[in-house]
Amino acid sequence: MTITSNAGSDLSPQTEMVTVVVDGVAIEIPKGTLVIRAAELLGIEIPRFCDHPLLEPVAACRMCLVDIEGVPKPQPACAQVVSDGMQVRTQLTSPIAREAQEGVMEFLLLNHPLDCPVCDKGGECPLQNQAMSAGRPDSRFEEEKRTFPKPINVSAQILLDRERCVSCARCTRFAEQIAGDPMLELLERGSMQQVGTAADQPFDSYFSGNTVQICPVGALTSAAYRFRSRPFDLVSVPTTCEHCASGCSLRTDHRRGTVTRRLAWDEPAVNEEWNCDKGRFAFTYLERGRVATPLIREDGELRVASWPEALDFAARGLAAATSHGVLVGGRSTIEDSYAYARFARVALQTDNIDFRVRDSSDEEAQFLRAAVAGTAVRTTYESLEKAPAVLLIAFEPEDESPIVFLRLRKAARGGTRIYSVGALATRGLAKMMGTLIPARPGAEGSALAGLTEQVRADLSTRGAVIMVGERIAGVEGGATAVLELARTTGAAVTWVPRRAGERGALDAGALAGLLPGGRPLTDAVARGAVAAAWGVDSLPATVGLAGTTMLQAIKAGDIGAIITAGVELADFPDPALGHDAIEAAAFVVALENHHSAITELADVVFPVAVVTEKSGTFMNWEGRPRPFAQTFKDALVMSDAVVLGMLARAMDVPIGASDVSGIRKELGALGAWAGERAEQPNTPPGRVVDGDYLVSSWRALIDNGVMQEGEPYLAATAPAVTAKVSPATANALGKPEQVTVTGPLGSITLPLQIGDVVDGVVCLPLNSPGCAIYRDLGVRAGEAVAMGGAV
Amino acid sequence: MITSGLTPIITEHWDKPDLYTIEGYRRVGGYRALAAALRLDPDAIIGQIKDSGLRGRGGAGFPTGMKWGFVPQNDGKPHYLVVNADESEPGACKDIPIMLANPHALVEGVIIASYAIRASHAFIYIRGEVPHAIRKVANAVEQARAAGFIGENILGSGFALDVVVHSGAGAYICGEETALLDSLEGYRGQPRLKPPFPAVAGLYASPTVINNVETIVNIPYIMDRGVAWFRQFGTEKSPGFKVFSISGHVVRPGIYEAPLGITMNELLDYAGGIRGGGRVKFWLPGGSSVPMLTADHLDTPMTYEDMAAAGTMLGTGTPMLFDETVSVVKAVTRWLEFYKHESCGKCTPCREGTYWITGVLEKFEHGHGSPAEVDTLVNLCSQIAGRSFCALGDAAATPYPAALKYFRQEFEAAMTLSADEQFNPVASYVFAEAATR
Amino acid sequence: MTISEITRNQMRELAARYPKSRSALLPMLHLVQSVEDEVTTDGINACAEVLGITSAEVTAVASFYTMYKRKPVGKHHIGVCTNTLCGLLGGDAVFSALSERLGAKNNESSADGEFWLERIECQAACTHAPVMTVDWEFMDDVTPAGAVEVVDRLARGERVQSTRGPVIRDFRATEHTLAYPLDGLVNEGEAVDAKMLVGLRLAKERGMSAASVPAGEA
Repeated sequence: MTITSNAGSDLSPQTEMVTVVVDGVAIEIPKGTLVIRAAELLGIEIPRFCDHPLLEPVAACRMCLVDIEGVPKPQPACAQVVSDGMQVRTQLTSPIAREAQEGVMEFLLLNHPLDCPVCDKGGECPLQNQAMSAGRPDSRFEEEKRTFPKPINVSAQILLDRERCVSCARCTRFAEQIAGDPMLELLERGSMQQVGTAADQPFDSYFSGNTVQICPVGALTSAAYRFRSRPFDLVSVPTTCEHCASGCSLRTDHRRGTVTRRLAWDEPAVNEEWNCDKGRFAFTYLERGRVATPLIREDGELRVASWPEALDFAARGLAAATSHGVLVGGRSTIEDSYAYARFARVALQTDNIDFRVRDSSDEEAQFLRAAVAGTAVRTTYESLEKAPAVLLIAFEPEDESPIVFLRLRKAARGGTRIYSVGALATRGLAKMMGTLIPARPGAEGSALAGLTEQVRADLSTRGAVIMVGERIAGVEGGATAVLELARTTGAAVTWVPRRAGERGALDAGALAGLLPGGRPLTDAVARGAVAAAWGVDSLPATVGLAGTTMLQAIKAGDIGAIITAGVELADFPDPALGHDAIEAAAFVVALENHHSAITELADVVFPVAVVTEKSGTFMNWEGRPRPFAQTFKDALVMSDAVVLGMLARAMDVPIGASDVSGIRKELGALGAWAGERAEQPNTPPGRVVDGDYLVSSWRALIDNGVMQEGEPYLAATAPAVTAKVSPATANALGKPEQVTVTGPLGSITLPLQIGDVVDGVVCLPLNSPGCAIYRDLGVRAGEAVAMGGAV
Repeated sequence: MITSGLTPIITEHWDKPDLYTIEGYRRVGGYRALAAALRLDPDAIIGQIKDSGLRGRGGAGFPTGMKWGFVPQNDGKPHYLVVNADESEPGACKDIPIMLANPHALVEGVIIASYAIRASHAFIYIRGEVPHAIRKVANAVEQARAAGFIGENILGSGFALDVVVHSGAGAYICGEETALLDSLEGYRGQPRLKPPFPAVAGLYASPTVINNVETIVNIPYIMDRGVAWFRQFGTEKSPGFKVFSISGHVVRPGIYEAPLGITMNELLDYAGGIRGGGRVKFWLPGGSSVPMLTADHLDTPMTYEDMAAAGTMLGTGTPMLFDETVSVVKAVTRWLEFYKHESCGKCTPCREGTYWITGVLEKFEHGHGSPAEVDTLVNLCSQIAGRSFCALGDAAATPYPAALKYFRQEFEAAMTLSADEQFNPVASYVFAEAATR
Repeated sequence: MTISEITRNQMRELAARYPKSRSALLPMLHLVQSVEDEVTTDGINACAEVLGITSAEVTAVASFYTMYKRKPVGKHHIGVCTNTLCGLLGGDAVFSALSERLGAKNNESSADGEFWLERIECQAACTHAPVMTVDWEFMDDVTPAGAVEVVDRLARGERVQSTRGPVIRDFRATEHTLAYPLDGLVNEGEAVDAKMLVGLRLAKERGMSAASVPAGEA
């Protein structure tokens, strides 16, 4: 478990120290430390259920009663703070403590069903373990046990066996204190007290899975894992979550080559002990729809090919083209992205490369080159917690980086002021006790120019942070305005992309105009150093094409051959352009782990490894490397870098290391760029689109993302898909129950929801069931739609 | 030291039919103490209450002035006075009668106490099951407001106060002061972790004093007649007088006001003795949460200290007396059923312990069970007492060991004879009517 | 049934009584019962909406307190104290008689849905044991036959006077009083009866008084 500040990790010189004696052993620790933490530091484990270092103490279970000299009654170690000279005796040395704990354990087991043989928790159960260590061999209870119908769903994903519950309130405290989702509560009273929800509102929290993990008994289980395996039959491997740029440490448990479950793993600096439900429950995709062998297109049809045949086919196709482009989806490890960055410049002699398979802009690319790529870690989770104020722009943390959200909520509970520039006061903002700075979609940048004195003063306070989401790309002049605000207030700017691989791809140089470590391609010194490191005479010196411009060039035939890696065409704001471009390309090499729209169009498809089959590193939004090891040690699927290495050899081009440790060495040797940085963007604010209704939109955490396929329980906990408008807008529409939204490509009909939205704006999820705005409407955020009441 | 006789003070004018109205109350000197108090420095009032030695009448007997003195001053936070009018202790019926008969005395006490602790907001939390008492108090508050005793600039003193009458909804645990605060904040009435104590962080995390109804009602009398007068009643450690509600198998159950230090024998005499010339089998000086005593203890003075010496507590000071027709097994079982029903569920020992003990006692009541269980129950009670989160657990662990001490043979007989076989239940009824069962 | 705008406005009014609105939740739930006869899901959702908290939070509170019911109570709530003192002094027999009369067990409604019967805990009226309550108004010193008669009269729509309180109305009306106690009934019925005066009268009879004790003397 995390050692939190009250256990002494946060030692400033002023910390007052006291000496406490536990079981005869003295320890000097900060004043205010809880007895249970003091004992932990001495290696003395006091049994406990309700205690959790990241939750406020409740002293409800009474399992941790200890004997304190001079105090007549045994005291709960989880709530008792140490004082100087305190003499504590635990169950190890005090018959009073031992007897008190045995008594509590006897009471706890009274109504427990003892169904360990059929319980998911059996084998890793604190109740089971502590009943052995702190309980009596026999129970004297002969009356009837309290029974409940079992189990009940508190959400589609989370099941509750009330009989097993010991009323420790960890789950309900997590929901209220950590997640800010008090939809799971203790109900009833006395011996009928039980965990539950409102009759008509399930516990649909993005973080619900954590309650299963911290439940000290088997009362909470997940539909996805229930009855699947015994913990002692599983192999556990620490890993890093691949779903977003939060960078959570996870533990992957697998059996017979299949992932059975994932848990949040302890990483105090990043995710503490939590993760989101997507990271926990979305992993079926790892095995679904996999590309199993190389494929080559022959007579218009893809057919299975051997590796040598496919490599040769690809090498010839690439060589035949005179111009090339590389599209790296935002999900690659930093090592794989580096391999693409190098392959493009060395093997393909091109700078046409981009990792942004999403809305993007030149201004954004300039911003990333100038202010983000290769910069040292400045803003961290820890510094967020201490920040006086945080301003969010084009960023909805609960959906787009949920662990950032949890830390911001924690910060806000500690007094950090949160501001969000956008069109909607979201539920996440409410949970961060934040303030909306209203802006019509597209006008977020202009809103920064009109901040109140209070906000500017907050942002001028030392430690203040501006967090910029990837959606800033869709706001003309937005990135420019952010940098200007940072310049004038001194606030730190940090960019929080959504996908796990984007920050790493940026630092690896998988963006036109950018070499590894934030080196501007246009800088001859930087270029020369990289060329030397890569063992080539020169590198392309002109900034290549990126983003939409690259797609248009491909479509126009100006770029002949392309390599794609983890590209989902539907993720482009203009999916048709993406499709047409790939279709128009003379030669397409796709490195993919799944069959998709792009493999349907490719000329060669190489299967590549998913995260469990390789090792690598994701760089999270902080710029913190989050390395992970291979889960399945005997997996035979190769990583992108290894395949690129083989392809380079087939093309007879030197490409350097293609193994993870070799690439890490190369990247390490290059280091970060210390020279002059690329020029900052200077884009004037764009004109806000005319129209009665402008679209505000982003991807919900749980939506139609391809990595969430095959997870029905998870999908069922997604927020309702609605068209959200202000009360005034709703009135203007005549307050219909359903509203039809129409864009250039079509219409969709959704329930109308009224919320704290800027007038004249409709908030739509970007890619949720029944509402994929790129595909269904043909609009992106900031564009206009028509709306009308649906019949 | 006056420690005997009846001394109607709080109850002095209860026979005046309009006492509950502001006119009736003022006619007997009501709100005179308020006017005087508002001319004093708040700290002077706290000092007087400290000097009076008044102890909390809700059961714990904590010195009231000391409690008030714990409230930090000049801390820039709002202060609150909360009146605990959740009288739910089995056997206690003094606060509800006080509110029914003389609600203005409570309101006057509230205003003085609020002024003393510098609270501008007071809440009277009345259990929801007594609508008529709630009406009387709410009406008194409105009348006091209309008379300028509540509101802005009270009697020209510059002191402002709002008083809210709040209805509970049925939970004994809300008599526990921190559970009451959670309940008053709109939460489940479960007790809070201490520290922080309410005097520092109580209602809305602000300094709060929580006092029992009878405690507050003492305030105007002390302010009006003085500390020295007050201390003439009772003993050094238990000064003052007490509204005793006497219930059970006495000839004249009802309200008797007498000085602390009076014996149960004397009170019993006023109540006409046990019905039919019978004898006391067991009695409890102040609610079901204090250990029972027998006829041997009737001469013990009703003070905090003497009751402690006798192995029990004065508690709410509301004696319940049972005659020899009563099955102690049944009595104890019923009390445990109550504690099980009212356990809030927060902590393990109380939640599970009351469930277990009640189950075993119910077997005893029906003539089942084993001799070993008679002692197992003692051990179970010791697994609750001192280990539960709040005093409810301690209270639940009280009746059985106390009863066993005096009536072990009755519990042992319960292995074969049900309570009703040992004692004809009809014999303990207070009406002659034939039972329908 | 959905919660009317009138009731919602009353809820908002209750919330405004307190420095923090959530404090009004208990009175608000009484108000729900005054219109719904129980705490319904609609009532819970309305409270949640007015207070800006989740329905689960309201449910947690509603299910904690005994006075909030999850089944319709009917016209009258009949309570019989069966805690030790009242129960042993005859409350048990009163409960049995009522149970038989109403055909209902503890926490059940009569077949016609008009009466809810409940064993209740100590009502702070021990001097008046055994105690029965009708819509939470006191019916002191009750006997089995007397209790059945009360129910019979209520069933016939006859006037029943609380022993220390007003004429019985119905459950909903009392629940409304708990939210809005200034119901105009404060002067109705006798609140102080002989048992509350027994000590005072005896003192007078025997010439005992505290008035003779001088004020302000050491």
